Parts: sequence; C-alpha cells; structure tokens
Amino acid sequence: MREYPGLRRRGFLAAASGVGALALVGCGGSDNDSGSGSGGGSDGKPRRGGRLRAAFAGGGASETLDPHLANLFADVARAKALFDKLADYGDDLSAQPRLASGWEPNAGLDRWQVTLRKAEFHDGKPVTAEDVLFSFRRIADPEKAFRAKASLEPIDLKASRAVDERTVEFVLKRPTAEFPNVLAAFGAYIVPNGTSDTAFDKKPVGSGPFRFVSFAPGRSAVFRRNDAHWDGAPHLDELEFVVANEESARVNALLGGQVEYAHELNPTTARAHEGKGRIEIVRLRNSAMQAFAMKTDRPPFDDKRIREAFFLIADRQELIDGALSGAGTVGNDLFGKGYEYYADGLPQREQDLDRARSLLRKAGAEKLKVTLDTSAVAAGFTEAAGIFRDQAAEAGVTVEVRMGSKDSYWADILDSGTLCCYRSGAMPIESHISQRLLTDSTTNATKWHHKDFDALYQQAQSTKDETERAAVFGRMQRRLYAEGGFLVWGFADWIIGTGREVKGVERKAPANTLDWARFDKVWLA
Amino acid sequence: MSGLRSWAARRLLLGGAQTVAVVVLVFALTEALPGDAAVALAGDQPDPARIAAIREALDLDRPAYERLADWATGLLHADFGHSLTSGRPVSSYISDAFGPTLLLAGLTVALLVPVGVGLGVLAARFEGRFVDRLISSVTLGVYAVPEFAFGVLLVTVFALRLDWLPPTAVGYGTDLLGHPAALVLPVLVLLSRPVCSLSRLVRAGMIDALASPYVAQARRYGIPGARVRYAHALPNAMAPAAQQLARTVDWLLCGVIVVEALFVIPGLGTVLMNAVAERDVPVVQGLAVVFGVITVVLNLGADLITHRFAPRAEVAA
Repeated sequence: MREYPGLRRRGFLAAASGVGALALVGCGGSDNDSGSGSGGGSDGKPRRGGRLRAAFAGGGASETLDPHLANLFADVARAKALFDKLADYGDDLSAQPRLASGWEPNAGLDRWQVTLRKAEFHDGKPVTAEDVLFSFRRIADPEKAFRAKASLEPIDLKASRAVDERTVEFVLKRPTAEFPNVLAAFGAYIVPNGTSDTAFDKKPVGSGPFRFVSFAPGRSAVFRRNDAHWDGAPHLDELEFVVANEESARVNALLGGQVEYAHELNPTTARAHEGKGRIEIVRLRNSAMQAFAMKTDRPPFDDKRIREAFFLIADRQELIDGALSGAGTVGNDLFGKGYEYYADGLPQREQDLDRARSLLRKAGAEKLKVTLDTSAVAAGFTEAAGIFRDQAAEAGVTVEVRMGSKDSYWADILDSGTLCCYRSGAMPIESHISQRLLTDSTTNATKWHHKDFDALYQQAQSTKDETERAAVFGRMQRRLYAEGGFLVWGFADWIIGTGREVKGVERKAPANTLDWARFDKVWLA
Repeated sequence: MSGLRSWAARRLLLGGAQTVAVVVLVFALTEALPGDAAVALAGDQPDPARIAAIREALDLDRPAYERLADWATGLLHADFGHSLTSGRPVSSYISDAFGPTLLLAGLTVALLVPVGVGLGVLAARFEGRFVDRLISSVTLGVYAVPEFAFGVLLVTVFALRLDWLPPTAVGYGTDLLGHPAALVLPVLVLLSRPVCSLSRLVRAGMIDALASPYVAQARRYGIPGARVRYAHALPNAMAPAAQQLARTVDWLLCGVIVVEALFVIPGLGTVLMNAVAERDVPVVQGLAVVFGVITVVLNLGADLITHRFAPRAEVAA
C-alpha cells in the first residue's frame, strides 16, 4: 500500500468541494470592487526586506512539497513559491506565459512549439526542454493519480520531443486551440529532470521566486528570496507558511500580530473587521461558482420548459444574502463570470414566478415534486437548498431537501438524483465545458449529452482565430443559458485578511489564478 | 501480599484482553464507516476510473480479514502501517504529535491535582459557609461553559484586548517549551472543567469521610483536626477522585482536539482531526489503538492507586 498521489480530502481547489474551503463569506454585496489592480498603484513604492508569515488551513502531517501532489490551498501557495509552471491563469483565467516565453501552433493546431525563457533552478542549472518533458511525463504516469493528469490528457507525450535546449514540441492527440490552458493546468509545475519522489520533502529544487529553507509538515514551511528569479527577485527576504486549520485561530493570529496574512476567512469575520483599521480585508470576486445542477436526461428536467421554469424561480440575490452571507455576486446560469470568453451580453435573469408557473403549466407539471440533494460538503450548500425550497414553493413546486453524506457527495450526485447543489472553483470556461458538458466528460453532473454541442466544442478547439473562437464559445453559452442544466445563481468571494503593513496583495485575482496566494510581489511597508 | 499480586495479575490480563478488543473494534468500526474510502478520497473528481484506481492502490479490493491479519501482525512489531495520503509511516505521525499533547496534558495534570484537591478540601472544610458556596457556584458555573467558548473568551480578553499573552501557538511548531507564554491560555482552558469536577468530587468525598464513624472515633481519641482531615479523611475521599483523574488524563490525551485546534498546537488531536477529514484510515486506526491502550493502562494505574488508598476497592475491581 504505497502512497497514492494527489489524494487529499480537503480543500480541493480546482473544482468543487473543499470542506471549509471557499469560505463563504460575508458582507456587503458588490460595493467595493475598487481594488487597485495589482496593488502597486495605491500601495506606494515596494520596500525590500522582512519576513512575512502567512496562515493557511493545511493538511496536517500528510503535507508534502511535491508540487504535482498539490491539492490544498496551502499546497498550491507553497508550490507557487518554490516552482513555476509554463503558463498560469491571469485574472480572467486566460493563460499567461510564465516559464514559457511563447507558443506557436501549426496550422492544424495539433502541434505546438513552446519556447522557454532563460530561467534557472535553485541549484543553478538552467530550465530546459528535458525538464519540461520529465515533469509532464511524471504527472501523466499511468501508475499514479496526479491531479493534473487529466488536464495533460490531450498531449501525446511519447511523440512530443525537445527540439533544442529551450524549445519543446508538443504533439497533441487532436486540435486544441486552447492548449495554453493545459500548460497552466492545476499542478502542472516544472521540476528538474530526474527528481526522485523523496527529494521534494528533503530539499525541493524549483525555479520559483523562493528557495527552500525548512519544512515541517502540518506546521510550517520557511522559504527565502531567490535573487536569480527570472521574474525579478521577490521583495520579501523570507516567507513562512504556517498551518492553522481553525478559521478563528487564523483570525486571532492575525489580530495578535503572529501572522501578517490569513487565508480563507469567514463572512462574519470579514464583516466584523472590515474598515475597522486593525486588519485589511481583501475580497477576491468570482472565485467560486454556486449552482443547482439539473439532470437533463431524466424527468422532470428532460423537459427544457421545466429547466427554464427553474431558472425563473431562483431569486439570486436572496440566495447570495442567505447562503453566502451577502459575499458574492449574482450568476446568470453560466459558468465563469468575468472570465475570458464569458458571454456577458446576455440579459441578467431575474425571478419571474408568473412565467415560471405558466411554463410549468405548459409542461403539464403544475404540482411538480422534486428532491434536491445537498450536503454539508461545502459552505452554504444546505442554506441554499433551504432558501430555494421556499422560493420554489411560491411557484407551486414542492422541493424536498435531502441531506447526503459529506464523504461521498460528489460521487453520489454524479449519476443519481435529479437536482443537486453544485459548486466549482475558478477554471477557464473551456475546461469547465470539457470536464462537465461533453458526452464523454467524466464529471458530467447535468448529463448534458448533445452531439451537436460536442461538435461545437471541437469546432472551437479547431479554430485558430481568436474572435471566431470566441463566437463559437458564445454560441455554446447561449445554448446553455437558454436550456442548460446548471442553474448558476452566484459567484462567491474569496476572503483574505492581511496586516495593515502588507502591501501589493492582488485584489482582483479569483482563487486558483496566478496572482492569488502569490507572495513574490508582496512587501511589508 | 499474594492477594494483591493475583489481583494485579488478573487486572493485567483483563487489560490485555481489553487491548485486543480495542484493536478488533477499531478495525471493525473503520470498516463499517459509511461510504467507501476510495469514493471519499476521490472527492470532487468522482471519475469512476479514478475511484477504481484508488481502490486498487489502497488494497481495498482485498478481503477484510486479510487486511485485519496484516495490520494486527504489524501492530505486534509496532508497525502501524503507512498513511494513505502521504505514504509516511503512521508511527512517525504519532511520535511527532505526542510531545505537544503530552506537554499540555502533563502541565494540566500537574496543576490540576493541587488546585482541584485544594479547592475541594477548602470547600469541605468550610462546608455550607461562604467559601464553600463561592467555590461550589464558581466551579459549577465554569463547568457549564464548553471549552471552545471558554477558549474564545480567554483569547479575546487576554490576548486581543489586554495583549498580555499570544493568542495562538502558530509558528512555534513543537517547540512549545521555548514559548511558555503561548501555553498559558491552552492550559487554563484544559484545566477549567477537570478542576471543577475534581474539586466537587473531593469536596463530596471529604464531607462524607468527615461525617463517618471512624473520623468521629479518631476525633474522640483526640487526634488533631488537621491530621484527621489529611491523613484519614482525604485518602478515602481520593478513591473516587483517582478514578476521575484517570479519566481526565485520558480525556486530556485524546480529547484536547478543541484546544489544539483553537490554539494551533500540533498534537495528537490535530493529527486525528486531519486524518478523519482526509479519510486517512491507517492513521485513524493507529491513533485509536494508541488511545485505547492508554485508556487501558491509565485505568489499570488508577485501580492500583485506589487499591492503595482504600483497599476495599478490591471487591469492585
């Protein structure tokens, strides 16, 4: 029974669950979206030096610094400090070059030349094409279950090769116009060629902005500035990650000056301290989609009139106020608000009980009864279910809320039931579609199986021109808006607390993006 | 003394049987947990192929009795198996976390006995008078406050308002002795309820003992009050208190979860919480066995002590 990579129960980032993760958050609706871009503008001139201590919820004694095993928020924050990816997600979830300085596809979009920038690992060796291939092959090892494995699936790693020291040619199994998203995939970090599995916990060598100093799993990790980092040396001398699983402990440590940065705070905490001057509260918008998933392949939701009626039943603001304590923005039944390719031209859907009733009447479902599956697996789920039950009652629909087990929730709702609570962390819209909305998607919780929709996805992936591609993604989203299975009612904020001396914290980066939990551009005033 | 020796031997045998029962029970209970560990571990990526791969990697496809046999054989060599999530040996989890918990428990007990017994004796000495009523009502009041609430209250007042003490032990790791100030609040929270229960038990026992015929007889012999109280009445009052103390130590070692979480102390409670949250079954099983064995040993010790203080307990044991 050897170690099984990539398996940790808590705080999964990329998608949905995460026990207390995506802390749901509190106050004030969308009042101040005013954040200052990358902070640099309003925070003054960066000052060099100092040690920043950041508190995260962690994985206890099981924690590892193997970046390919990153699963928890703390893992990702540490991996991001020590390692780099070829690309990473910008604030709109579009892939931004990192270790790659550029990429160029062939005409068929199934061969990509990726050029590496001049960068070196902490041991002074240059980052080469061989390191990239080694890292990707390690992730794709069929014997293991690294989380990024599924994301790298489009690559034919046997056929891919190093053209020269700093050029990799990736051969893909099919045209993939959004291939840079693959390079930015969750956990796709570049490690030196030949790194052994055990080396990561002793003295991990990466190319990231910080070098390894010490690591005690479940307690603390200390890193120091990498002066040779290609993106400029960090401002901080030292960075220490400490683990505090209890939210109240993170807040207390922050208030008591024991840490300068506390990740993942609750809405009530944010409300209590926002604007009080003792600590700064940072809200990262559009971090977690909140939805109800309707199974479109079975009654009653195989009738698109009923799906539309459900879209019209939801009072989205009430759901946000109740289930997210107001800390979020309303959704429009589409994933990825604010992200690249998001169809933001569609009218905002509002509650319209009369039309909902008439749609239900037309569908012959006036006394409709449905069961809504929920579980305490994510913050706000049970509250959202209760609120929606009451809203549905006003339209004459009886919703029976059924509590499921936390442990097996995501597996249970995948195939059984008809309606369930759903959530997802940030990822590109293209990834959301490929993971959840194609006939062969492995986690298709709405059972959205449409050959013509699959074909549109292939078309988008085979379209080189970005405007044309955006138009195809737009068509797909219009279809989902009209009759899809996800009733996306909101997007939760992600809340972070920092000491008042901490400057340069990005305020617009949704969780999971490059600038979230990133410390190389942060300084202590 | 052969009576005592055979009694101790019987008691030890019973302890051994209890330990075996604990091992089997722990295994059976973790087997009976709802939901498959593989499903739980797959979390939000419930891709059936992934779940099957996990199940195979965890050996969950082997029959339960085979896994129990392997595990029990390992336990005999102090091999607790390996964590599912990190692959590190479970024994290293336990040994790393034992120090902080032992330190907390040790400090708490070291303070608990004098304070608890002292308050109990004091209350009994002034039975029905102001001191007694004060001690009794305060201990009853504090006992009614859950640790979590009490901890939050102490942190808010002493750490965040008055700034006398650090609010948590975050960043100190296992080197808690190097930061004694960080230990004050956790130990206070841990002490709060046991002090109350212990002092009330001692008070009740003392009052009973002081009203007993043998104390009256001792008084009639003209033995000084202090000697009657401390040499005759107290040992008898201590018999139930020793049992309670064993339970308290046990609770301290296993049940400091709330305090460890609140003050970020990386002890056994934290390990247990993480392991349960991650469905790291070997770690949960290993901890359960350690806790079970500690319980058996402590109760054995408490019985022996009770036996010394008040030999009549032999009958009950």
